[in-house]
Amino acid sequence: MSSTDEPSLYAKREPVFPRKVKGKFRTLKWWIMAVTLGIYYLTPWIRWDRGPALPDQAVLIDMANRRFFFFWIEIWPHEFYFIAGLLIMAGLGLFLFTSALGRVWCGYTCPQTVWTDLFVLTERWIEGDRNARVRLWKQKWDGKKIRLRLQKYIVWALIGLATGGAWIFYFADAPTLLQNLVTGQAHPIAYTTMGILTFTTVFMGGIAREQVCIYACPWPRIQAAMMDEDTITIGYREWRGEPRGKGKARDGLGDCIDCNACVNVCPMGIDIRDGQQLACITCGLCIDACDDMMEKVGKPRGLIDYFTLRDEEVERAGGTAKHIYRHIFRPRTMLYTALWAAVGLVLVVALFIRSEIDLTVRPERNPLFDQMSDGSVRNTYELRIRNMTGDDRPFRITVSGDPMLFLQIEGTPYETVEVGADEMLIQRVYVTAPAGSEASEDARTDFRIWVEDLESNERTYEDTHFNGLESR
Amino acid sequence: MSEKKDYNGVETTGHEWDGIEELNNPLPRWWVWVFYATIVWGIGYTIAYPAWPGIKNSTAGLLGFSTRANVAADIAAVNEQNAALVTELASADLVALVDNRDSELYSYAVNGGRAIFAANCSQCHGSGANGVAEGNGYPNLRDDAWLWGGTVDEIAFTVSHGIRNEQSLDARWSEMPAFGEILPQEEVEQVVQYVLSLSGNETEAALVEAGAEVYDINCSACHGVEGLGDTFQGAPNLTDAIWLYGGDVESVTETVMNSRFGVMPAWSQDFNEAFGLTADEVNAVAVYVHQLGGGQ
Repeated sequence: MSSTDEPSLYAKREPVFPRKVKGKFRTLKWWIMAVTLGIYYLTPWIRWDRGPALPDQAVLIDMANRRFFFFWIEIWPHEFYFIAGLLIMAGLGLFLFTSALGRVWCGYTCPQTVWTDLFVLTERWIEGDRNARVRLWKQKWDGKKIRLRLQKYIVWALIGLATGGAWIFYFADAPTLLQNLVTGQAHPIAYTTMGILTFTTVFMGGIAREQVCIYACPWPRIQAAMMDEDTITIGYREWRGEPRGKGKARDGLGDCIDCNACVNVCPMGIDIRDGQQLACITCGLCIDACDDMMEKVGKPRGLIDYFTLRDEEVERAGGTAKHIYRHIFRPRTMLYTALWAAVGLVLVVALFIRSEIDLTVRPERNPLFDQMSDGSVRNTYELRIRNMTGDDRPFRITVSGDPMLFLQIEGTPYETVEVGADEMLIQRVYVTAPAGSEASEDARTDFRIWVEDLESNERTYEDTHFNGLESR
Repeated sequence: MSEKKDYNGVETTGHEWDGIEELNNPLPRWWVWVFYATIVWGIGYTIAYPAWPGIKNSTAGLLGFSTRANVAADIAAVNEQNAALVTELASADLVALVDNRDSELYSYAVNGGRAIFAANCSQCHGSGANGVAEGNGYPNLRDDAWLWGGTVDEIAFTVSHGIRNEQSLDARWSEMPAFGEILPQEEVEQVVQYVLSLSGNETEAALVEAGAEVYDINCSACHGVEGLGDTFQGAPNLTDAIWLYGGDVESVTETVMNSRFGVMPAWSQDFNEAFGLTADEVNAVAVYVHQLGGGQ
């Protein structure tokens, strides 16, 4: 084989100009775009009154104070397991949806898809539909082309700016930050972040588009491995369509009239008739395009359709496909649903039983104990008392478990300390066992440290231990 | 190698594993350009930043970046930020300060004192400030027994001037005679039994009675008639449970016979220009030690 027969190592990108399409999946996608982008852009502006000590933004990631606010929920760093739980749910949810509905995430809700859709839409408004865009792309640079391109990029940049802007509003009080941004007083990091996100949004959604899905994203690889014969995916009923051919005379031809509508509307620039392929994000637009065409030529819809690979074989052999629910409700998907729901249930229960006060105890280990001049033995503990309420609260600290252990709070003769609203207090306390007592002699005595919120009478404890002389 | 096939216009590489074949799709061209761009970027980076190793140094880089200089700048910035606190601490009324625990100055003193203690004091007093090991002559600073006084001012004085050193004329100074050269062996045994009886140890009654007389004549001048000690002279309280050099018969006999001579350097910069602590550092470490649990 000569070297000229070798295929090229690199391929030039074929630009994709998706044609406008109407249909039920397109309508569904418009709705999903409106809802998801609406949630994204508007959420930071929802207000939520939490009292004077706390921010009144409904959803706020407060990095500086290490708090995450979500409506009535406030997550502290030590409660990060809620986030871990949500991530597990997201993972299981992806398994569930992929095994049942294939790459439905890619086709409908992935930000890359949603923003690309938005960018293609604005491109169509400015430059026209597919044919006009192809012409414009092929023609030489003239006044009109420059004007249209400029218009397009300005609109794209504004969308990108709003996207980056919305992102930073999740991390600071949105109205204040917007005011600061406009008056030039915001932190340079805010401007930098907006700038970077503006660029990446325009670049990924406007310029790179399908290249991100095909070459950069790991999901297509992983999701392909999670699909099976019962997964509902998009395909071409080859047995019905082939041999394809144009023209009115349909003798010996299948239903496919080779109009290329499915190819022209595809945002990934592929031909679904080639079969299952990595580049297909299962957005359903080819179904809309083909159904429209089938209706026009008077054939039944569904030449390109959602079906499972198992059904495809059955239909090819002349049988009838199973009902769609028989594919969705099967052991695999039910197991995923059960796991997903179990994690969710645990999180909800954890959310409702969690206390508004929290205590952790760190016994001082260097030294394990100190002997005092009267022969008593003293241990030192560092308490972390978290007041997760919105007001300053007095907390009483006590011990139980051994009547011969006495607690003293460092720096105060009283048995209460005040912890500020939404704050954590690090408080050292001493626990003393009198000379000759069992606790002062034994290597280890288990006991319990309590804190009680004197206003709500809510209390919590942590078990710890006392080191006596024998632990030396 | 098996035969190359063609699927929808894409050739396979001819590789096949268990029926799975590899398509020979070309890379996108932009991907290759990104690869070249990273090489160019990498070379540019080594020109802009310190990179190429030489015999003694690496190239400095056009941007003059240096992590060392960054740290120095950070330290300078922190020092500048703390300058007012440092001045205030150097001449602070420490007694008032330790009563004002919510103040920024107190917090600065405790946290700064912790670092100073770890660097300068922990070698003898231990990183936990409990005196390395029991009975070795380095006092536990966390308990309620103080040889030279446990108020924050007294602690600051001890830190500044040290104990039994030649550096400061005001060093804490006291010296117990080696009674082994003064008293007969028999009387040493008696006084040891008496001293141990003061803190409630099991002792021999006959020896204790005789020892009381020996104590009155020889020891009470410094340790007090009742053995309560004297912080003006650094004479330890003999009635409590704390023994700097061990509280068994053997250790106490050794102390009575040969005496002890624990020393501590004068930590103030006035007496040790090279390694001494500045006035604010002395105060910081005194406040830190005072709040360890035994301060008076």
